[in-house]
Amino acid sequence: MNDALDVTLRLLVVFVVFLAFPLIVGQTEHKVMAHMQGRLGPMYAGGFHGWAQLVADGVKFAQKEDVVPADADRRIFQLAPAVALLPYLLVLLAIPVGPGEGTVGQVVDAGVFFVLAVMGVGVLGSLMAGWSSANKFSLLGGLRTAAQLLAYELPMLLTAASVAMAAGTVSLVGILDAFEWWWLPWQIVGAIVFFVAGLAELQRPPFDMPVADSEIIFGAYTEYTGLRFALFLLAEYAGIVVLCGLTTVLFLGGWHGPWGADGLGWVWTLLKAAVLAFVVIWLRVTYPRLREDQLQKLSWTLLVPLSLAQIALTGVVKVVIA
Amino acid sequence: MILAAGSHGFLSPTGVEIAFLLVGLVTLGAAVLTVTTRQLVHAALWLVVALGGLAVEYLLLTAEFIAWVQVLIYVGAVVVLILFGLMLTRAPIGRSPDADSGNRWAALTVAVASAVALVWVVVDAFRTTWIDLDGPAAGSTAVTGASLFQNWVLPFEALSVLLLAALVGAIVLSRKARSTGAGEASPAVAPQAGTSQAGTPQAGAPQAGTSQAGPSRTDGVR
Repeated sequence: MNDALDVTLRLLVVFVVFLAFPLIVGQTEHKVMAHMQGRLGPMYAGGFHGWAQLVADGVKFAQKEDVVPADADRRIFQLAPAVALLPYLLVLLAIPVGPGEGTVGQVVDAGVFFVLAVMGVGVLGSLMAGWSSANKFSLLGGLRTAAQLLAYELPMLLTAASVAMAAGTVSLVGILDAFEWWWLPWQIVGAIVFFVAGLAELQRPPFDMPVADSEIIFGAYTEYTGLRFALFLLAEYAGIVVLCGLTTVLFLGGWHGPWGADGLGWVWTLLKAAVLAFVVIWLRVTYPRLREDQLQKLSWTLLVPLSLAQIALTGVVKVVIA
Repeated sequence: MILAAGSHGFLSPTGVEIAFLLVGLVTLGAAVLTVTTRQLVHAALWLVVALGGLAVEYLLLTAEFIAWVQVLIYVGAVVVLILFGLMLTRAPIGRSPDADSGNRWAALTVAVASAVALVWVVVDAFRTTWIDLDGPAAGSTAVTGASLFQNWVLPFEALSVLLLAALVGAIVLSRKARSTGAGEASPAVAPQAGTSQAGTPQAGAPQAGTSQAGPSRTDGVR
C-alpha cells in the first residue's frame, strides 16, 4: 500500500512539474523576448505584468474548433500531438533533481540511453503530423524535421557517451554521484555540442527551419487548430525543460554546488536549468534562422568532429588518471 | 523500470508472464499489419508499434539496456529514416494499389520457413536456460557490458570493421555520383552545391537560400 502511495505521489509530482514548468518557460520567453526587443510584452491578463497570459491562451485554444482537413489521414492526424508530447513526460520521470532516491521520479539503470531514446520518439509526432495533414507545407516541414533529427542525433549521443565514459556509468543518478567540479572544463566542448544539438532536435531558433513561418507557414503543424496545436506548443516548451534539465545533469553537475548540496541540491538543479532556459530564449532572439544546408553542414562538419574529439579527450584523461 | 526484478512488485511472476504474452500478441499483430496494410506510411508506423513491443518484451525479460538501445536505434533512427525516404519519394495518403507484390506466396513461404528455422534453433539452444526474474537484473548495463567486452569482444570488433566498411562505401558512392553527374546528389558533408536533387538529406529544402530574413518566428502565435 505504501509502495502504491509512493508511486502515485511521484507520478503526481512529475505530472505537475510537466504541466507547470513549460508554462513558466513560456511566460519567461514572452517577457524576456519583449524586453530584449524594447517592448513590454503581455501586461494585462492577471494584473501583475500579464502573468496569466498563458492561462488565457490555454482557454483560447480550448475554445477553438478542432479542424481536421478533409483529405487528411484522420486517425494519424489526431494521434500525432500525443506522440509528440508524451515522450517528454516519460523523460522527466528519469531526471534526478537532487541527491538521494527521493528526488527522482524513477531510477533508470541505463538512464542516458533511456532519455535519448525516448526523446527521439517524440520526433515521430512531427513526422506523423507533417505527413497526415495532406498539405505540401506540412510535408516539407516533416521532411526537414527528419533530416534535422538524423543529423543532430549523432553528436548528442556521442557527447552523452563521453560523459558516461567519464563517470563509468550510464545511470543519470550514477553520473551525478561521480561528478567532480573539474569535469566542467574537461567536458565543456561536449556540453556545448550537446546543448546545440538538443536545440536543433527541439527545432528551436536558430534551428527552426522545419517550422520556418516565412516560407512554409508553420511546417508540420500548419493544419492544426485548437487544443491539438496547443499540445504541439506544449511539447516544444516541455522539450526546453527536458533539454535544460538533461544538460544540467550531464554536464553541469546537477545538484552539486559550491555549498549546501545536501539540503538544497534541488535548488542548484533548478537554478542551472533556469539559466540554460534563459540562454535558449536569448539565442532565439539573437540569431537569424540557419538555412537547411547550413544546418546540415554545422552538424556534420563541426559538431560531429568536435564530439569525437571530446570522446578522445575523455578517453585519454580517463586512462591517465586511472 | 524493471517490473520483474522487484521481489515485492505489484506484478507476480505469473503477472509478468501474462504481460509478456499480451505484449507478444500485440507485437505479432503489428508485424502482420506492417506487411499487409495497403498504406505505405501506415506500414512504417505499424513497424514502430512492432519494434516498440519488442522493446517492452526485452524490458520484461530484465534486459533493460537492450530495450533502450532497441528504441534508440530502431524507433528513433531506422523508422525515421524509412519515413524520410517515403516522404521524399512517394507517400500518398490512402491506399497504394501498386504497393502489392506478385511474389506474395513466395515471400510468405520464405518468411514462414525462416521463422520456423529461427524458432527451432532458439528453442533448441535455450530450452534449458532460465532467467531468474526475481534475482538481480541479468540484463543490466554493467552485466551486458562485461559480457560484451570479455566474452564477445572479437565479434564486436568484427562488426565495427563491417560498419566502417559500409561507411567508407557510402562516402565512395556519394562522391562518385557528384563527379559524374554534374552537381547531382551531393554528399551530406558538402552541401554547398545547394542542388535540390532528391536523394540527399539536405535536398528537403527546395527553397533553401530564401530564408535568412529576420530573427525567426514572431512572438507566440496570436
